[in-house]
Amino acid sequence: MLVAKDNPRENTVVRGARVVDPVADVDAVLDVRVDDGVIGALGQNLDTNSHRVIDAEGLLLAPAFVDPHVHLRTPGREDEETIASGTAAAAAGGYCAILAMPNTDPVVDSAATLGSLIEAARAEAEIPVGFLAAITKGQSGAELTEMGELAAAGAVGFSDDGVPVAAPGLMRRALQYGAVTGRRLALHCEERTLSRDGQMHEGEVSAELGFTGYPSVAESLMVERDLALAAYERQPLHLLHLSAWESVQALRRARADGVQATAEVTPHHLCLTDEAIRSLDPNLKMNPPLRSVSDRTALIEALEDGTITAIATDHAPHARHEKEVPFEAAPFGVTGLETAFAALYTHLVEPGLVPLKIVLERMSAGPARAYGLDEPRIAVGSAANLVLLDLNASYRITEETFRSRSVNSWLLGDTVKGKVRATIAAGRLAYGS
Amino acid sequence: MAEIRVMREDLRPPASPPKRHFISIKDVTRDDVERLLATARTLERSMEREVKKLPTLKGRLVINVFYESSTRTSSSFELAAKRLSADTMSIKSSGSSVDKGESLKDTAITLGAYDPDVIVIRHPQIGAPNLVARVTEAHVVNAGDGKHQHPTQALLDLYTMREELGRLEGLHVAIVGDVLHSRVARSLIQALLLMGAHVTLVGPPALLPRGVEAMGCEASTEISVIAGADVVYVLRMQRERMQEGANYVPSLREYAARWGVTPERLRPGQKVMHPGPMNRGVEIDARVADHADALIETQVRAGLVTRMAVLYDLLTSGPIEVKTESVLEVA
Repeated sequence: MLVAKDNPRENTVVRGARVVDPVADVDAVLDVRVDDGVIGALGQNLDTNSHRVIDAEGLLLAPAFVDPHVHLRTPGREDEETIASGTAAAAAGGYCAILAMPNTDPVVDSAATLGSLIEAARAEAEIPVGFLAAITKGQSGAELTEMGELAAAGAVGFSDDGVPVAAPGLMRRALQYGAVTGRRLALHCEERTLSRDGQMHEGEVSAELGFTGYPSVAESLMVERDLALAAYERQPLHLLHLSAWESVQALRRARADGVQATAEVTPHHLCLTDEAIRSLDPNLKMNPPLRSVSDRTALIEALEDGTITAIATDHAPHARHEKEVPFEAAPFGVTGLETAFAALYTHLVEPGLVPLKIVLERMSAGPARAYGLDEPRIAVGSAANLVLLDLNASYRITEETFRSRSVNSWLLGDTVKGKVRATIAAGRLAYGS
Repeated sequence: MAEIRVMREDLRPPASPPKRHFISIKDVTRDDVERLLATARTLERSMEREVKKLPTLKGRLVINVFYESSTRTSSSFELAAKRLSADTMSIKSSGSSVDKGESLKDTAITLGAYDPDVIVIRHPQIGAPNLVARVTEAHVVNAGDGKHQHPTQALLDLYTMREELGRLEGLHVAIVGDVLHSRVARSLIQALLLMGAHVTLVGPPALLPRGVEAMGCEASTEISVIAGADVVYVLRMQRERMQEGANYVPSLREYAARWGVTPERLRPGQKVMHPGPMNRGVEIDARVADHADALIETQVRAGLVTRMAVLYDLLTSGPIEVKTESVLEVA
């Protein structure tokens, strides 16, 4: 269940944009008319019906993005993000829907907590937001949450994101019971006895810098375990933020064997490698860590060939004072909602590593499918979920540009290309004018 | 009424050049090291005089901030500054008070308010000196940051080797022990390779960092390879690494038996070095530590003059080019 505040529905004509919907196989210069929040017509020189007109010549109109992995820090750390600020940031990033992780304080592990979040979202969310609930109570890995009641109360999925479900026996029970709720389990794969104290990818750079290594196998071992359990139980699952070549290999094999597994990858793992850590910038510290060139290459390949079907920001806001410390003292996590498209366009599309249409699909329909949500579509009769992109705009990322309450972006100070001009989410103008 | 004028771009005073720091061996070139070693040698000669104090840095302020316990590094930095007539201030802080109280950033800003010329910092976390360099105007000298770097230790070790063996180019140095947790090893490997030496690391598998060969050295778990080296550099085996659950090696006893540097494992004439403090009977046999071929006391003496050279180099406007890129990048 996705909820947002009840803004007025749009009556708009977007005129003259290059309209690209990779799923519907549309790529043409068209006018798009939105009538009362629903796409009413596609075509040349459409009647404006006295609607608002957005002159979009030279711009690109695509299905708006879906972010399956966001930390809204509410409840507990409203100084870092709120539902209002996080959804405003998402709207500015071109998103029409986001899913929030339950590792808050308190953890979203009861219908009461979940209900209060849904109620708050109805009052303040700029775009539709869905909430995942925890797999285990308090995310302590000991006891299952009341998943049936949570699903009925509106949980869009279940995850202990931030920590793994360490015990294989409990993970199996979660897969078994999760099936009766009809909701997807989303798994943070990390074998903590291997990643213990790890600060960055274990490899040549960590050897030189002296940081405790967080080896790839700490992730892939858990990926293999969870895929084995999913195969045995014949249940679907979703793998969060894959970072390692070995994980991709395991996923590809399992999918070929018929396991219903989906996976996501973050813009930072697609754009950067552990070489970047040489700057010692705490805004490059996240879990899982940036990995080697071969890992990055494997992730890009997996994104292209459809082994990985979703791009997720893992938007993780942190207070300024918590990141203005030496790297080892800083918490894991970087923001990403407002920079995801620009990062991917600048680092993947422009250099010719990934076609634009793949990026657009993996940011929109792909993640929606993974959770069984409606896919944003540019077709007559579909709800208007549209993002207007300026591929020629080049600009510098500064703290002032963020709507998020936090500024721990790995792109701070960088010049990027590709700007979101407007976002229509669920038929309502969420960003732009 | 005074006329308000906008100063033209070309009339503004030139921006002050970026401060030079000594944070990592990666910050310096081979020429920089040569110059620092030459300065250290000059200073060592001056130390032979009856009155050892030089007026060079009179009126300058050097603040030593130590967030970790240290005997030789803190004392030698303090003495180095005093021998050059600088004013010194030493601040010690235990790890726990840092966690509970003031952040490193705020401490650095506070100290920066005294306009120190140099801040010497030791900190248990990698990158702490870079943070201090970002928020103060002082030249920053890294006296050890976590497992990352200890560049003045590397410099004093190079000085010791050059003085004792007459060369660094082509020298073969075996570094034995816990490389994984050693900032001394990391900066020494880089410094030796910079000067054209050949480096072999020797230790238990779990204490040799995965991928370390990419730095340009060799790695082996076999202690017998130290016989091929001109210098055997023994690292301290830290007892805290033996805590329950760590299991880097089964026991100190087993470590000593397999990797301890004993007279039987050395060739006559091989030089032995150790950054201190030593665990006699663990990584180094007492007979080795006390032998004439051990340069451990020489290293301590070299520590004073090389640290004097670093302070002198940073604060005098000689033909000194210490690159500051790594610091500027994070700024």
